[in-house]
Amino acid sequence: MDDLLLIEAVERYLNGEMPSSEKLLFEDLRKKDPEVDQAVVEHAYFLQGLDKFGTQKSFKHALHEVENKLLDEGFINDTLQLKGKAKVTNWWKKYQRNIAVAASIAGFISLLTIGITVSYTKKVGNDTYAILVGEIKKTNAQVNILKSKQDNIPVNPAAPVAPVVNFRATGFLIDGKGYLVTNAHVTSRMQNIYVENKKGNYYKAEAVYTDNNVDLAILRITDTAFKAITNLPYSIKKGTSDLGEQFFTLGFPRNEIVYNEGYLSAKSGNDGDSSSYQLTVSANPGNSGGPVINRNGEVIGIITAKDSKADGVVYAAKSKNIFNLLETLRKSDSKYQQVKAPTNSDLKNLDRVQQVKKVEEFVFMVVGN
Amino acid sequence: MNTTEQEQELLKGLAQNDKNAIEVIYRENYGAIQSFVINNNGSADEARDIFQEAMIVLYEKSKLPKFSLSCQIKTYLYSICRRLWLKRLQQLSKYSTQVESLEETIPVEEEIEDHEKRNEDFILMENAMAKIGEPCKSLLDAYYIQKKSMQDIAADFGYTNADNAKTQKYKCLLRLKKLFFAQYKNV
Repeated sequence: MDDLLLIEAVERYLNGEMPSSEKLLFEDLRKKDPEVDQAVVEHAYFLQGLDKFGTQKSFKHALHEVENKLLDEGFINDTLQLKGKAKVTNWWKKYQRNIAVAASIAGFISLLTIGITVSYTKKVGNDTYAILVGEIKKTNAQVNILKSKQDNIPVNPAAPVAPVVNFRATGFLIDGKGYLVTNAHVTSRMQNIYVENKKGNYYKAEAVYTDNNVDLAILRITDTAFKAITNLPYSIKKGTSDLGEQFFTLGFPRNEIVYNEGYLSAKSGNDGDSSSYQLTVSANPGNSGGPVINRNGEVIGIITAKDSKADGVVYAAKSKNIFNLLETLRKSDSKYQQVKAPTNSDLKNLDRVQQVKKVEEFVFMVVGN
Repeated sequence: MNTTEQEQELLKGLAQNDKNAIEVIYRENYGAIQSFVINNNGSADEARDIFQEAMIVLYEKSKLPKFSLSCQIKTYLYSICRRLWLKRLQQLSKYSTQVESLEETIPVEEEIEDHEKRNEDFILMENAMAKIGEPCKSLLDAYYIQKKSMQDIAADFGYTNADNAKTQKYKCLLRLKKLFFAQYKNV
């Protein structure tokens, strides 16, 4: 008997959808043909498994929703019961701020921020950056001097105000209602921001929150043409990742989405910045703001910059910063109350090609002028 | 503390996937579990994992036809979590010191074993589902998991009629079945 016909018959039989005459015939066949009998038993077992799978999956889904709600409320709190360690954290936060200041000064000069478009880099020229790198390497004590110098340097001398697209970077959805994450250095260069998905649809967006310390910004798509997406396939990781963890990135160093892969090489970023990771991966201007995704489909970081001198040394803001940003955003205005990042990934156990297929439609090109 | 009736109501709600019941159980029990895990070499993330697993164990139990809980939900969850956490510590060979525990516990070995068996089945099905590809995955998901009607599915997926969708569904099911049973042969 044809496999397809057989499972159709078995299913109707098990569901009690067979007319009684056919049922008699079928039961007769079952008695005579052990193969048919075996098929019935096997299929019943299989359907039972599928049903259990379904109920467990829906329960897990409900469980995650409740958990997310309680996380948002702050009822489930990562620092609960950690009084001893909290001190260290507070001390570290203070210290971190100092580092961040130093890092942002140093970063300005020794790093080539990736979000800049080709046209921009051409105008300013990499040479200037290279010279400045040389200067800061002389001594760290000169940071202050360099800082005053930096004020005199025309950062963006040719910033054209023409209504053309001058900058290109990457961003990705963290809430299907139209909220994306990208870098603060991307949005700070743009007066008008647009995001474009892989289908080529443009949407107007605005920066609703920026944090220059961690170099992250949250964009909101303001275009009414944008249709909310109910389920993002990836999640945003709350914890930190381990050394050697492998990941892939998606971004727009060209006008087309580009895939890359690499590994996590240090748990801190440039100059010991604890809010970011050092990665080994290839990244180019335009990759800024792109997601760094591990094999479980969790976003572990956001590409922010690369070392202009060392090849393949790239820095990414840690994903947990996104949650801090969102918390502040929610407090800032009641209309952002419902904005939340996905904490449940559908990409586990999928092969890479499938993962990329699922993720790429939620990675946007961020362009503007 | 809940009365026996309140506890029964909660468990009934849990068996039906009721989010309110899940939330009440979370609120009343999560804190104790998190303290236990963190005080015993774990992190908040790990506490969340363990608690979720224990909730699944309780859910499966609450769905049994002749179900009754011989103790309070609190004691049950705590016992499950404690057992699961000890197991995990052993696997990570972090298990060195005596695990702190002041709460009362009940024996839950059997439950944990059943749970692990179910977990394996779940993973086998999940793997098979992951390999089957689109549109099969969505189609089977819509019919067997979301329990949509064939008419709705035909409309959603753009099949000309329910019969076409049905044929397609059977083809997909056959593929899934082959993938599912192929894993048994490999074990």
